[in-house]
Amino acid sequence: MLGETIRLAVRAIWRNALRSFLTVLGVVIGVAAVIAMVTVGQGSSAQVTQDVAKLGTNVLMIRPGQAAMGPRSSSTSERAFDLRDVDRLIREVPAIETASAAEQSQMSAVAGNVNYRTTVWGAGNAYLDATDWPVVLGRRFVTGEEQGGRAVCILGETVRQELFGDTDPVGDKIRLKSMSCEVIGVLDAKGASSFGSDQDDIVMIPVRTFQRRIAGNSNVNMIYAAVRDGVSTELAQGEIEAVLREIRRIGTGEEDDFNVMDMKQLASMLTGITDVLTGLLAAVAAVSLLVGGIGIMNIMLVSVTERTHEIGIRLAVGAQARQVLQQFLVEAIVLSLMGGLMGIALGLGLAALASRIMAIPFTPDPVVVLGAFAFSALVGVVFGYFPARRAARLDPIEALRHQ
Amino acid sequence: MTGDSPAVIELRGITRVYGRGEAEVRALDGIDLTIRSGEFVAIMGPSGSGKSTAMNVIGCLDSPTSGEYLFNGVDVAGLDQDQRALLRRHYLGFVFQGYNLLPRTPALENVELPLIYKGVGAAERRGRALAALEQVGLAQRADHDPSELSGGQQQRVAIARALAGSPEVLLADEPTGNLDTHRSAEIMELLVRLRAETGLTIVMVTHEEDMAAYADRLIWMVDGRIADDRPTTGGARHAG
Ligand SMILES: Nc1ncnc2c1ncn2[C@@H]1O[C@H](COP(=O)(O)OP(=O)(O)O)[C@@H](O)[C@H]1O
Ligand SMILES: [Mg+2]
Repeated sequence: MLGETIRLAVRAIWRNALRSFLTVLGVVIGVAAVIAMVTVGQGSSAQVTQDVAKLGTNVLMIRPGQAAMGPRSSSTSERAFDLRDVDRLIREVPAIETASAAEQSQMSAVAGNVNYRTTVWGAGNAYLDATDWPVVLGRRFVTGEEQGGRAVCILGETVRQELFGDTDPVGDKIRLKSMSCEVIGVLDAKGASSFGSDQDDIVMIPVRTFQRRIAGNSNVNMIYAAVRDGVSTELAQGEIEAVLREIRRIGTGEEDDFNVMDMKQLASMLTGITDVLTGLLAAVAAVSLLVGGIGIMNIMLVSVTERTHEIGIRLAVGAQARQVLQQFLVEAIVLSLMGGLMGIALGLGLAALASRIMAIPFTPDPVVVLGAFAFSALVGVVFGYFPARRAARLDPIEALRHQ
Repeated sequence: MTGDSPAVIELRGITRVYGRGEAEVRALDGIDLTIRSGEFVAIMGPSGSGKSTAMNVIGCLDSPTSGEYLFNGVDVAGLDQDQRALLRRHYLGFVFQGYNLLPRTPALENVELPLIYKGVGAAERRGRALAALEQVGLAQRADHDPSELSGGQQQRVAIARALAGSPEVLLADEPTGNLDTHRSAEIMELLVRLRAETGLTIVMVTHEEDMAAYADRLIWMVDGRIADDRPTTGGARHAG
């Protein structure tokens, strides 16, 4: 009997193919939107995690101020670190292997008549060690260059390409503001990150050079620390906090005026933002699914009215109320399941396309797909029930008289 | 000829009242009627005299307001909607003036309809529906939609549908009302033949004396009552 009913439902839907399609369009769009949103969202979360892992999972970021990711404020209330703090961390925190200041500023780099705007980093060998970043051409800094704040630089691959093309730049000079500095090496290419930034768009100079010639002060606004192998980042974090509180004379009971963040925390914070956005968009999409359900109810009600005579005939030959109910309910469910299937196909297609364009992994989640399918069946049940009940309650004589 | 066969339908003091108070209409106003197995009964009467209401009550599409209705000796006057559906499914077949076939649905599937609700499997259903179409002479039109059939053919499909469920009683409310004299006579001859072949009991409402003459008994209704009930002369002629 149920098989018969399903066959009948498919027939009735097919008989009005265009109208049926328009009826379920709401469900198609709703399901497609939810699937596309969630799939793309999960893909970008995966990408963020992957990118952060590339930065090194054993790296800690230490910054002045309490706000974890807030905009850098230059207010004096936010006490910057200085290079002595970095040295003390290296000496007094056994859990870290090395630490490096990492200052940055946007400016033009000029070589000959080529002018290219990039980010200049004041850091040093310790930073390259902390982030496992090798120099592939030329050499790293020597101690004298770091201590003396010499005008030497190492180029990221992008800057090398922009200023020198494929030629070897080692030994050539570039100009940063009024400073002329010698190129001593080229960094290994890291590629683009999912935050949209090109990690190779960088010119690295010793931090003392940066302080003297570019910043004009001895502030350090960012410290990268590499945790020793086999030591937990939580332990290192704790030790760093203790040392910094002592250096900065923060009394017991007072809050830290700096923050130490682990890359995993950074990753989870970033994916957290992505997840919240994904959730919001999916919720909006789910509303359209609800609207789609109301569309189905509307058309099913029209269909019950149109087919009142048919219902009368069925009742006359011996159909019981629940058989009529079942017929219309099954029709609504089959209809919305068809919509669900189309929506899944469309949603996955859109997600695949978007993932390609955004260069993020395409990771369809079977739970989400099955969930959307089940939800569209639910839409059919919920919004098909009322019209079906109306059909089942018709009086046979009235229904037969209806033309 | 049927005087000694068992009663299929017994109505005792049946009334059917529509509306209340001022607007009250007594469509059936105390009907006593016994119809025996194998009878062919025609009901005539002026428009509004309660013929269709009587058919609906007999056919269990409707319940009487008061009175007793015994179907095969069982009181069915108080059955609920679903129980009446079962009674229709297993014992009753209907033919209407307007054919009442499902549109855009082939004749064969229309005839199969009652068998679906009887729970007959697809293969057997098809065979029985084809046999019923054969009985009304339309087996070769099995896959035609109603819109591709003439009025007379559509009514024969409707008769095949009523027969497919092997009912005891066939109820026909003005079955020839939309047909010309020639087609009407064909339908009547079909009913008479089916009754002879299967022992079916037939109750038919008609406006035409000529059609009533095919029955063996004529009931005349006026204002919701039975005004006259007697054998037809034609009934003797055709029953022979
Ligand atoms: N559903 C209904 N509601 C109210 N009055 C009705 C209804 N059906 C029939 N009637 C009334 O009952 C009376 C008998 O109707 P009906 O049985 O259709 O007569 P007939 O078939 O003999 O022409 C008429 O007066 C009609 O108006
Ligand atoms: Mg009538």
